[in-house]
Amino acid sequence: MSAVQVAARVAPRRRASPTLRLLVPALGILGVLAYWELHIRVFKVPAYLVPAPSLIAQTFIEEWPTLQRNVGATVIEAAGGFFIGNAVAILLAILFVHNKTMERTLFPIAVAVRTIPIIAIAPILVLLLGNGYAPKIVIAALICFFPTLVNMVRGLEAVEASALELMRVLSATRRQILFKLRLPSSLPFLFAALKISTASSVIGAIVAEWIGADTGLGYLIVISTFEFRTGLLYATTVVASLLALGLFLSIVVLERLVIRWQPEAPKQ
Amino acid sequence: MGITFSTSSGPLRALDGVSLAIRPGEFVSLLGPSGCGKSTLLRLVADILAPTDGLITVAGEVPASARRRRAFGFVFQDATLLAWRNAEQNILLPLEIAADARDPRQRAQRLLELVGLAAFGGAYPWQLSGGMRQRVAIARALITEPQILLMDEPFGALDEITREYMNLELLRIWDATRTTILFVTHSSPEAVFLSDRVVVMGTNPGRVKLDLHVELPRPRDPTMKETVEFARHTAALRRALVGETRPA
Repeated sequence: MSAVQVAARVAPRRRASPTLRLLVPALGILGVLAYWELHIRVFKVPAYLVPAPSLIAQTFIEEWPTLQRNVGATVIEAAGGFFIGNAVAILLAILFVHNKTMERTLFPIAVAVRTIPIIAIAPILVLLLGNGYAPKIVIAALICFFPTLVNMVRGLEAVEASALELMRVLSATRRQILFKLRLPSSLPFLFAALKISTASSVIGAIVAEWIGADTGLGYLIVISTFEFRTGLLYATTVVASLLALGLFLSIVVLERLVIRWQPEAPKQ
Repeated sequence: MGITFSTSSGPLRALDGVSLAIRPGEFVSLLGPSGCGKSTLLRLVADILAPTDGLITVAGEVPASARRRRAFGFVFQDATLLAWRNAEQNILLPLEIAADARDPRQRAQRLLELVGLAAFGGAYPWQLSGGMRQRVAIARALITEPQILLMDEPFGALDEITREYMNLELLRIWDATRTTILFVTHSSPEAVFLSDRVVVMGTNPGRVKLDLHVELPRPRDPTMKETVEFARHTAALRRALVGETRPA
Protein backbone atom coordinates (compact mmCIF):
# COMPACT_ATOMS: atom_id res chain seq x y z
CA MET A 1 0.00 0.00 0.00
CA SER A 2 1.36 3.40 -0.92
CA ALA A 3 1.83 6.13 1.64
CA VAL A 4 0.61 8.82 -0.67
CA GLN A 5 -1.60 8.27 -3.63
CA VAL A 6 -2.37 11.09 -6.02
CA ALA A 7 -5.25 11.11 -8.43
CA ALA A 8 -6.26 14.71 -8.76
CA ARG A 9 -7.46 17.21 -11.26
CA VAL A 10 -7.02 20.93 -10.80
CA ALA A 11 -9.71 23.03 -12.42
CA PRO A 12 -8.91 26.67 -13.15
CA ARG A 13 -10.55 28.96 -10.65
CA ARG A 14 -13.52 30.71 -12.09
CA ARG A 15 -13.43 34.46 -12.16
CA ALA A 16 -16.48 36.59 -11.59
CA SER A 17 -17.88 37.92 -14.85
CA PRO A 18 -17.11 41.59 -15.67
CA THR A 19 -20.79 42.52 -15.34
CA LEU A 20 -20.94 41.04 -11.86
CA ARG A 21 -17.73 42.78 -10.84
CA LEU A 22 -19.23 46.14 -11.84
CA LEU A 23 -22.68 45.34 -10.54
CA VAL A 24 -21.69 44.70 -6.92
CA PRO A 25 -20.04 48.10 -6.20
CA ALA A 26 -22.78 49.86 -8.19
CA LEU A 27 -25.39 48.22 -5.97
CA GLY A 28 -23.41 49.31 -2.92
CA ILE A 29 -23.39 52.95 -4.02
CA LEU A 30 -27.09 52.84 -4.92
CA GLY A 31 -27.84 51.36 -1.48
CA VAL A 32 -26.04 54.19 0.32
CA LEU A 33 -27.84 56.82 -1.78
CA ALA A 34 -31.21 55.17 -1.19
CA TYR A 35 -30.64 55.05 2.57
CA TRP A 36 -29.52 58.71 2.56
CA GLU A 37 -32.64 59.81 0.69
CA LEU A 38 -34.93 57.76 2.91
CA HIS A 39 -33.32 58.92 6.17
CA ILE A 40 -33.73 62.58 5.24
CA ARG A 41 -37.37 62.13 4.23
CA VAL A 42 -38.32 60.05 7.26
CA PHE A 43 -36.53 62.19 9.88
CA LYS A 44 -37.28 65.46 8.05
CA VAL A 45 -33.67 66.68 8.12
CA PRO A 46 -33.66 70.32 6.92
CA ALA A 47 -32.10 70.79 3.47
CA TYR A 48 -29.72 73.54 4.67
CA LEU A 49 -28.06 70.96 6.99
CA VAL A 50 -27.92 67.94 4.68
CA PRO A 51 -29.65 67.93 1.31
CA ALA A 52 -31.11 64.70 -0.04
CA PRO A 53 -29.41 63.14 -3.09
CA SER A 54 -32.46 64.03 -5.18
CA LEU A 55 -32.08 67.70 -4.21
CA ILE A 56 -28.37 67.64 -5.02
CA ALA A 57 -29.14 66.17 -8.43
CA GLN A 58 -31.78 68.83 -8.99
CA THR A 59 -29.39 71.62 -7.95
CA PHE A 60 -26.73 70.11 -10.20
CA ILE A 61 -29.02 70.51 -13.19
CA GLU A 62 -30.42 73.92 -12.22
CA GLU A 63 -27.04 75.42 -11.31
CA TRP A 64 -25.16 73.83 -14.19
CA PRO A 65 -24.35 77.21 -15.84
CA THR A 66 -22.87 78.47 -12.55
CA LEU A 67 -20.87 75.27 -12.02
CA GLN A 68 -19.65 75.31 -15.58
CA ARG A 69 -18.58 78.95 -15.31
CA ASN A 70 -16.52 78.22 -12.20
CA VAL A 71 -15.01 74.86 -13.07
CA GLY A 72 -12.87 76.35 -15.87
CA ALA A 73 -10.72 78.45 -13.52
CA THR A 74 -10.10 75.49 -11.22
CA VAL A 75 -9.15 73.28 -14.17
CA ILE A 76 -6.59 75.84 -15.38
CA GLU A 77 -5.12 76.25 -11.89
CA ALA A 78 -5.03 72.54 -11.07
CA ALA A 79 -3.64 71.50 -14.47
CA GLY A 80 -1.15 74.37 -14.53
CA GLY A 81 0.06 73.52 -11.05
CA PHE A 82 0.18 69.84 -11.93
CA PHE A 83 2.43 70.42 -14.96
CA ILE A 84 4.71 72.98 -13.35
CA GLY A 85 5.05 71.17 -10.00
CA ASN A 86 5.78 67.83 -11.60
CA ALA A 87 8.11 69.23 -14.25
CA VAL A 88 10.21 71.01 -11.62
CA ALA A 89 10.24 67.85 -9.46
CA ILE A 90 11.37 65.66 -12.37
CA LEU A 91 14.15 68.05 -13.40
CA LEU A 92 15.31 68.44 -9.81
CA ALA A 93 15.31 64.65 -9.33
CA ILE A 94 17.51 64.25 -12.42
CA LEU A 95 19.84 66.92 -11.04
CA PHE A 96 19.97 65.20 -7.63
CA VAL A 97 20.87 61.83 -9.09
CA HIS A 98 23.80 63.34 -10.97
CA ASN A 99 25.01 65.71 -8.31
CA LYS A 100 25.03 64.51 -4.71
CA THR A 101 26.18 67.91 -3.41
CA MET A 102 23.12 69.49 -4.99
CA GLU A 103 20.94 66.84 -3.40
CA ARG A 104 22.44 67.45 0.05
CA THR A 105 22.02 71.21 -0.37
CA LEU A 106 18.53 71.40 -1.86
CA PHE A 107 16.76 68.38 -0.43
CA PRO A 108 16.47 69.83 3.12
CA ILE A 109 14.93 72.96 1.58
CA ALA A 110 12.41 70.83 -0.28
CA VAL A 111 11.57 69.05 2.98
CA ALA A 112 11.24 72.38 4.79
CA VAL A 113 8.84 73.67 2.15
CA ARG A 114 6.91 70.45 2.52
CA THR A 115 6.48 70.92 6.27
CA ILE A 116 4.73 74.29 5.88
CA PRO A 117 0.97 73.61 5.86
CA ILE A 118 -0.53 74.58 2.52
CA ILE A 119 -3.27 76.48 4.39
CA ALA A 120 -0.58 78.66 5.99
CA ILE A 121 1.39 79.32 2.83
CA ALA A 122 -1.67 80.12 0.69
CA PRO A 123 -2.36 83.60 2.14
CA ILE A 124 1.33 84.46 1.89
CA LEU A 125 1.35 83.61 -1.80
CA VAL A 126 -1.88 85.49 -2.44
CA LEU A 127 -0.31 88.56 -0.84
CA LEU A 128 2.81 88.07 -2.94
CA LEU A 129 1.24 87.20 -6.27
CA GLY A 130 -2.12 88.92 -6.23
CA ASN A 131 -5.60 87.69 -6.92
CA GLY A 132 -5.22 86.05 -10.32
CA TYR A 133 -4.28 82.55 -11.44
CA ALA A 134 -0.63 82.84 -10.38
CA PRO A 135 -0.89 82.12 -6.62
CA LYS A 136 -3.34 79.26 -7.22
CA ILE A 137 -1.08 77.64 -9.78
CA VAL A 138 1.92 78.01 -7.48
CA ILE A 139 0.03 76.45 -4.56
CA ALA A 140 -1.20 73.55 -6.70
CA ALA A 141 2.38 73.12 -7.99
CA LEU A 142 3.80 73.11 -4.45
CA ILE A 143 1.44 70.40 -3.32
CA CYS A 144 2.30 68.21 -6.35
CA PHE A 145 6.01 68.81 -6.15
CA PHE A 146 7.18 66.82 -3.16
CA PRO A 147 5.73 63.34 -3.76
CA THR A 148 6.98 63.42 -7.34
CA LEU A 149 10.45 64.56 -6.29
CA VAL A 150 10.80 61.75 -3.75
CA ASN A 151 9.38 59.08 -6.07
CA MET A 152 11.38 60.24 -9.04
CA VAL A 153 14.68 60.20 -7.13
CA ARG A 154 13.85 56.69 -5.95
CA GLY A 155 12.88 55.65 -9.47
CA LEU A 156 16.06 57.00 -11.05
CA GLU A 157 18.14 55.19 -8.44
CA ALA A 158 16.17 51.93 -8.59
CA VAL A 159 18.46 50.59 -11.28
CA GLU A 160 20.03 47.15 -10.95
CA ALA A 161 23.73 47.27 -10.06
CA SER A 162 24.44 44.89 -12.94
CA ALA A 163 22.62 47.19 -15.39
CA LEU A 164 25.00 49.99 -14.39
CA GLU A 165 27.95 47.62 -14.78
CA LEU A 166 26.65 46.73 -18.23
CA MET A 167 26.56 50.43 -19.18
CA ARG A 168 30.12 50.74 -17.90
CA VAL A 169 31.34 47.81 -20.01
CA LEU A 170 29.62 49.39 -23.01
CA SER A 171 31.38 52.70 -22.21
CA ALA A 172 28.04 54.55 -22.12
CA THR A 173 28.05 58.28 -21.41
CA ARG A 174 26.11 59.71 -18.44
CA ARG A 175 23.58 61.04 -20.87
CA GLN A 176 23.09 57.59 -22.42
CA ILE A 177 22.76 56.06 -18.96
CA LEU A 178 20.08 58.64 -18.13
CA PHE A 179 18.04 58.25 -21.28
CA LYS A 180 18.48 54.55 -21.96
CA LEU A 181 18.47 53.22 -18.41
CA ARG A 182 17.47 55.54 -15.58
CA LEU A 183 14.53 57.40 -17.12
CA PRO A 184 12.73 54.34 -18.54
CA SER A 185 13.15 52.40 -15.31
CA SER A 186 11.85 55.36 -13.28
CA LEU A 187 8.58 55.57 -15.22
CA PRO A 188 6.53 53.24 -12.98
CA PHE A 189 7.61 55.33 -9.96
CA LEU A 190 6.81 58.55 -11.80
CA PHE A 191 3.31 57.42 -12.71
CA ALA A 192 2.60 56.36 -9.13
CA ALA A 193 3.50 59.92 -8.05
CA LEU A 194 1.54 61.54 -10.88
CA LYS A 195 -1.59 59.67 -9.81
CA ILE A 196 -1.26 61.08 -6.29
CA SER A 197 -0.60 64.52 -7.78
CA THR A 198 -3.86 64.64 -9.73
CA ALA A 199 -6.04 64.74 -6.63
CA SER A 200 -3.53 66.95 -4.79
CA SER A 201 -3.50 69.55 -7.55
CA VAL A 202 -7.29 69.95 -7.35
CA ILE A 203 -7.10 70.26 -3.56
CA GLY A 204 -4.33 72.86 -3.91
CA ALA A 205 -6.32 74.93 -6.40
CA ILE A 206 -9.49 74.87 -4.27
CA VAL A 207 -7.69 75.77 -1.04
CA ALA A 208 -6.00 78.66 -2.85
CA GLU A 209 -9.38 79.87 -4.10
CA TRP A 210 -10.72 79.98 -0.54
CA ILE A 211 -8.16 82.63 0.35
CA GLY A 212 -8.95 85.06 -2.37
CA ALA A 213 -10.78 84.48 -5.62
CA ASP A 214 -13.88 85.64 -7.44
CA THR A 215 -14.23 82.51 -9.53
CA GLY A 216 -13.52 78.80 -9.28
CA LEU A 217 -14.90 75.81 -7.39
CA GLY A 218 -13.23 76.94 -4.15
CA TYR A 219 -14.90 80.32 -4.45
CA LEU A 220 -18.24 78.61 -5.08
CA ILE A 221 -17.76 76.43 -1.97
CA VAL A 222 -17.12 79.51 0.20
CA ILE A 223 -20.08 81.47 -1.23
CA SER A 224 -22.57 78.61 -1.06
CA THR A 225 -21.57 77.89 2.56
CA PHE A 226 -22.06 81.52 3.60
CA GLU A 227 -25.41 81.70 1.86
CA PHE A 228 -26.60 78.34 3.21
CA ARG A 229 -27.09 77.08 -0.34
CA THR A 230 -26.17 73.60 0.83
CA GLY A 231 -27.45 71.94 -2.34
CA LEU A 232 -25.01 74.01 -4.39
CA LEU A 233 -22.21 73.25 -1.90
CA TYR A 234 -22.75 69.52 -2.37
CA ALA A 235 -23.08 69.83 -6.14
CA THR A 236 -19.78 71.77 -6.23
CA THR A 237 -18.12 69.07 -4.16
CA VAL A 238 -19.31 66.47 -6.66
CA VAL A 239 -17.85 68.52 -9.53
CA ALA A 240 -14.52 68.90 -7.70
CA SER A 241 -14.40 65.17 -7.10
CA LEU A 242 -15.25 64.42 -10.75
CA LEU A 243 -12.51 66.82 -11.84
CA ALA A 244 -9.91 65.00 -9.73
CA LEU A 245 -11.22 61.67 -11.00
CA GLY A 246 -10.98 62.86 -14.60
CA LEU A 247 -7.35 63.95 -14.15
CA PHE A 248 -6.58 60.67 -12.40
CA LEU A 249 -8.10 58.59 -15.20
CA SER A 250 -6.24 60.53 -17.86
CA ILE A 251 -2.97 59.65 -16.09
CA VAL A 252 -4.06 56.00 -15.88
CA VAL A 253 -4.71 56.00 -19.63
CA LEU A 254 -1.36 57.69 -20.30
CA GLU A 255 0.38 55.10 -18.12
CA ARG A 256 -1.23 52.27 -20.06
CA LEU A 257 -0.01 53.85 -23.31
CA VAL A 258 3.55 54.47 -22.10
CA ILE A 259 4.32 51.45 -19.90
CA ARG A 260 3.55 48.53 -22.13
CA TRP A 261 6.33 46.23 -21.04
CA GLN A 262 5.22 44.99 -17.65
CA PRO A 263 3.27 41.79 -17.39
CA GLU A 264 -0.33 42.20 -16.38
CA ALA A 265 -0.57 41.89 -12.63
CA PRO A 266 -2.04 38.52 -11.73
CA LYS A 267 -5.73 39.03 -11.20
CA GLN A 268 -7.44 37.65 -8.15
CA MET B 1 46.03 39.01 -28.13
CA GLY B 2 45.31 37.69 -24.70
CA ILE B 3 44.91 38.65 -21.10
CA THR B 4 47.59 38.68 -18.48
CA PHE B 5 47.32 39.77 -14.90
CA SER B 6 49.29 39.84 -11.75
CA THR B 7 47.48 41.78 -9.10
CA SER B 8 47.44 42.27 -5.41
CA SER B 9 44.62 44.58 -4.57
CA GLY B 10 44.03 45.82 -1.06
CA PRO B 11 43.39 47.06 1.56
CA LEU B 12 40.75 44.33 1.89
CA ARG B 13 43.02 42.19 -0.24
CA ALA B 14 40.22 40.73 -2.27
CA LEU B 15 42.87 39.29 -4.49
CA ASP B 16 46.50 38.62 -3.69
CA GLY B 17 49.23 37.67 -6.06
CA VAL B 18 46.89 36.36 -8.69
CA SER B 19 48.92 35.79 -11.80
CA LEU B 20 47.35 34.44 -14.90
CA ALA B 21 47.80 34.55 -18.66
CA ILE B 22 45.09 33.66 -21.11
CA ARG B 23 45.69 32.90 -24.77
CA PRO B 24 43.49 34.21 -27.56
CA GLY B 25 40.57 31.95 -28.33
CA GLU B 26 40.99 30.04 -25.08
CA PHE B 27 38.05 29.01 -22.89
CA VAL B 28 39.14 29.52 -19.28
CA SER B 29 36.94 28.95 -16.25
CA LEU B 30 37.48 30.52 -12.86
CA LEU B 31 36.26 28.12 -10.20
CA GLY B 32 36.02 28.71 -6.47
CA PRO B 33 33.79 29.21 -3.46
CA SER B 34 31.87 32.41 -2.86
CA GLY B 35 34.12 35.27 -1.84
CA CYS B 36 37.27 34.04 -3.56
CA GLY B 37 37.32 37.08 -5.79
CA LYS B 38 36.55 35.38 -9.09
CA SER B 39 33.82 37.91 -9.93
CA THR B 40 36.14 40.69 -8.80
CA LEU B 41 38.80 39.40 -11.17
CA LEU B 42 36.30 39.47 -14.03
CA ARG B 43 35.39 43.06 -13.18
CA LEU B 44 39.06 44.07 -13.04
CA VAL B 45 39.57 42.72 -16.54
CA ALA B 46 36.49 44.57 -17.82
CA ASP B 47 37.58 47.82 -16.11
CA ILE B 48 34.40 47.91 -14.03
CA LEU B 49 36.73 47.93 -11.01
CA ALA B 50 40.27 49.25 -10.81
CA PRO B 51 43.08 47.26 -9.15
CA THR B 52 44.89 48.83 -6.19
CA ASP B 53 48.16 47.72 -7.66
CA GLY B 54 49.28 45.18 -10.17
CA LEU B 55 48.98 45.03 -13.88
CA ILE B 56 46.30 43.78 -16.20
CA THR B 57 46.75 43.84 -19.93
CA VAL B 58 44.31 42.89 -22.60
CA ALA B 59 46.01 42.33 -25.92
CA GLY B 60 48.82 44.57 -24.68
CA GLU B 61 46.48 47.36 -23.57
CA VAL B 62 45.26 48.50 -20.16
CA PRO B 63 41.65 47.38 -19.49
CA ALA B 64 40.27 50.95 -19.72
CA SER B 65 41.38 51.42 -23.31
CA ALA B 66 40.25 47.90 -24.24
CA ARG B 67 36.86 48.72 -22.73
CA ARG B 68 36.61 51.96 -24.68
CA ARG B 69 37.16 50.21 -27.97
CA ARG B 70 34.50 47.75 -26.80
CA ALA B 71 36.68 44.68 -26.64
CA PHE B 72 34.49 43.08 -23.97
CA GLY B 73 31.18 41.33 -23.90
CA PHE B 74 29.86 40.79 -20.39
CA VAL B 75 27.18 38.31 -19.35
CA PHE B 76 25.83 38.61 -15.81
CA GLN B 77 24.23 35.98 -13.59
CA ASP B 78 20.85 37.59 -14.06
CA ALA B 79 20.33 38.39 -17.71
CA THR B 80 20.08 42.14 -16.96
CA LEU B 81 17.79 42.75 -19.89
CA LEU B 82 16.01 46.09 -20.02
CA ALA B 83 12.36 45.30 -19.33
CA TRP B 84 11.03 47.97 -21.69
CA ARG B 85 12.94 46.64 -24.69
CA ASN B 86 12.11 43.49 -26.62
CA ALA B 87 14.78 40.88 -27.31
CA GLU B 88 15.95 42.54 -30.54
CA GLN B 89 16.07 46.01 -28.99
CA ASN B 90 18.04 44.61 -26.04
CA ILE B 91 20.56 43.07 -28.41
CA LEU B 92 20.84 46.39 -30.26
CA LEU B 93 21.62 48.38 -27.09
CA PRO B 94 25.44 48.10 -27.36
CA LEU B 95 25.31 49.32 -30.98
CA GLU B 96 23.13 52.29 -30.03
CA ILE B 97 25.56 53.24 -27.31
CA ALA B 98 28.53 52.85 -29.63
CA ALA B 99 26.61 54.82 -32.31
CA ASP B 100 27.40 51.94 -34.65
CA ALA B 101 24.88 52.03 -37.48
CA ARG B 102 26.30 49.35 -39.77
CA ASP B 103 23.17 47.32 -40.61
CA PRO B 104 22.30 46.77 -36.94
CA ARG B 105 19.03 44.93 -37.45
CA GLN B 106 20.65 42.39 -39.77
CA ARG B 107 23.37 41.74 -37.19
CA ALA B 108 20.80 41.40 -34.42
CA GLN B 109 18.85 38.92 -36.50
CA ARG B 110 21.99 36.88 -37.19
CA LEU B 111 22.71 36.73 -33.47
CA LEU B 112 19.12 35.82 -32.63
CA GLU B 113 19.56 32.93 -35.04
CA LEU B 114 22.92 32.01 -33.51
CA VAL B 115 21.41 31.75 -30.02
CA GLY B 116 18.37 29.90 -31.35
CA LEU B 117 15.81 32.67 -30.85
CA ALA B 118 15.18 33.69 -34.45
CA ALA B 119 11.43 33.86 -33.88
CA PHE B 120 11.61 35.75 -30.58
CA GLY B 121 13.02 39.14 -31.56
CA GLY B 122 9.76 40.86 -30.69
CA ALA B 123 9.33 39.13 -27.32
CA TYR B 124 9.75 41.15 -24.14
CA PRO B 125 11.90 39.80 -21.28
CA TRP B 126 8.86 38.89 -19.16
CA GLN B 127 7.63 36.69 -21.99
CA LEU B 128 10.87 34.68 -22.07
CA SER B 129 12.06 31.84 -19.82
CA GLY B 130 15.24 32.13 -17.74
CA GLY B 131 17.28 30.24 -20.31
CA MET B 132 15.93 32.31 -23.20
CA ARG B 133 16.69 35.54 -21.35
CA GLN B 134 20.27 34.40 -20.87
CA ARG B 135 20.54 33.59 -24.60
CA VAL B 136 19.44 37.16 -25.36
CA ALA B 137 22.08 38.41 -22.92
CA ILE B 138 24.74 36.34 -24.72
CA ALA B 139 23.60 37.68 -28.09
CA ARG B 140 23.78 41.23 -26.70
CA ALA B 141 27.32 40.60 -25.45
CA LEU B 142 28.37 39.27 -28.86
CA ILE B 143 26.95 42.03 -31.07
CA THR B 144 30.00 44.27 -30.74
CA GLU B 145 32.11 41.27 -31.84
CA PRO B 146 34.13 41.38 -28.64
CA GLN B 147 37.61 39.92 -28.40
CA ILE B 148 36.81 38.61 -24.96
CA LEU B 149 33.55 37.34 -23.55
CA LEU B 150 33.39 37.64 -19.76
CA MET B 151 30.72 35.49 -18.15
CA ASP B 152 29.87 35.79 -14.46
CA GLU B 153 28.04 32.61 -13.44
CA PRO B 154 25.75 33.04 -16.44
CA PHE B 155 23.87 29.80 -15.84
CA GLY B 156 23.94 29.86 -12.04
CA ALA B 157 20.27 30.76 -11.74
CA LEU B 158 19.05 28.10 -14.17
CA ASP B 159 17.74 24.64 -13.36
CA GLU B 160 20.01 21.63 -13.97
CA ILE B 161 18.39 20.53 -17.24
CA THR B 162 18.36 24.01 -18.76
CA ARG B 163 21.91 24.53 -17.55
CA GLU B 164 23.25 21.44 -19.30
CA TYR B 165 21.49 22.49 -22.48
CA MET B 166 22.87 26.02 -22.23
CA ASN B 167 26.39 24.61 -21.75
CA LEU B 168 26.10 22.80 -25.08
CA GLU B 169 24.69 25.92 -26.70
CA LEU B 170 27.55 28.01 -25.36
CA LEU B 171 30.13 25.60 -26.81
CA ARG B 172 28.35 25.77 -30.15
CA ILE B 173 28.32 29.59 -30.03
CA TRP B 174 31.97 29.68 -28.98
CA ASP B 175 32.81 27.40 -31.89
CA ALA B 176 31.01 29.74 -34.27
CA THR B 177 32.60 32.95 -32.93
CA ARG B 178 36.01 31.72 -31.66
CA THR B 179 36.13 34.48 -29.09
CA THR B 180 38.18 34.21 -25.90
CA ILE B 181 35.94 33.27 -22.97
CA LEU B 182 36.61 33.88 -19.29
CA PHE B 183 33.88 32.04 -17.44
CA VAL B 184 33.15 32.24 -13.70
CA THR B 185 31.35 29.31 -12.11
CA HIS B 186 31.19 27.35 -8.89
CA SER B 187 30.32 24.09 -10.55
CA SER B 188 33.32 21.80 -11.20
CA PRO B 189 31.52 19.60 -13.79
CA GLU B 190 30.43 22.69 -15.70
CA ALA B 191 33.99 24.07 -15.63
CA VAL B 192 35.52 20.79 -16.85
CA PHE B 193 32.90 20.25 -19.51
CA LEU B 194 33.30 23.71 -21.05
CA SER B 195 36.91 24.72 -20.60
CA ASP B 196 40.37 24.36 -22.00
CA ARG B 197 41.69 25.40 -18.59
CA VAL B 198 40.16 25.61 -15.14
CA VAL B 199 41.69 28.01 -12.64
CA VAL B 200 40.76 27.14 -9.05
CA MET B 201 40.78 30.09 -6.67
CA GLY B 202 40.93 30.14 -2.88
CA THR B 203 39.63 32.62 -0.34
CA ASN B 204 41.10 35.08 2.17
CA PRO B 205 42.65 36.56 0.17
CA GLY B 206 41.63 35.40 -3.29
CA ARG B 207 44.51 33.55 -4.94
CA VAL B 208 45.13 30.87 -7.55
CA LYS B 209 45.27 27.35 -6.07
CA LEU B 210 45.35 25.24 -9.21
CA ASP B 211 45.61 25.81 -12.93
CA LEU B 212 44.28 22.67 -14.58
CA HIS B 213 44.50 21.95 -18.28
CA VAL B 214 41.49 19.94 -19.37
CA GLU B 215 42.63 16.99 -21.44
CA LEU B 216 39.25 16.09 -22.89
CA PRO B 217 38.92 16.12 -26.70
CA ARG B 218 36.67 18.54 -28.56
CA PRO B 219 33.91 18.66 -29.56
CA ARG B 220 32.64 17.93 -26.11
CA ASP B 221 29.71 15.59 -25.70
CA PRO B 222 27.49 15.24 -22.60
CA THR B 223 28.26 11.50 -22.40
CA MET B 224 31.87 12.48 -21.59
CA LYS B 225 30.58 13.38 -18.16
CA GLU B 226 30.21 9.66 -17.48
CA THR B 227 33.84 8.83 -18.34
CA VAL B 228 36.70 8.11 -15.93
CA GLU B 229 38.71 10.90 -17.58
CA PHE B 230 36.01 13.42 -16.67
CA ALA B 231 35.82 12.11 -13.10
CA ARG B 232 39.62 12.40 -12.82
CA HIS B 233 39.39 16.10 -13.71
CA THR B 234 36.53 16.91 -11.34
CA ALA B 235 38.29 14.96 -8.58
CA ALA B 236 41.42 17.09 -9.03
CA LEU B 237 39.29 20.24 -8.81
CA ARG B 238 37.47 18.92 -5.75
CA ARG B 239 40.76 18.23 -3.97
CA ALA B 240 41.92 21.76 -4.74
CA LEU B 241 38.63 23.19 -3.48
CA VAL B 242 38.47 21.16 -0.25
CA GLY B 243 39.62 23.14 2.73
CA GLU B 244 38.11 26.15 1.03
CA THR B 245 34.55 25.08 1.76
CA ARG B 246 34.38 25.85 5.42
CA PRO B 247 30.95 26.55 6.80
CA ALA B 248 29.86 30.13 6.26
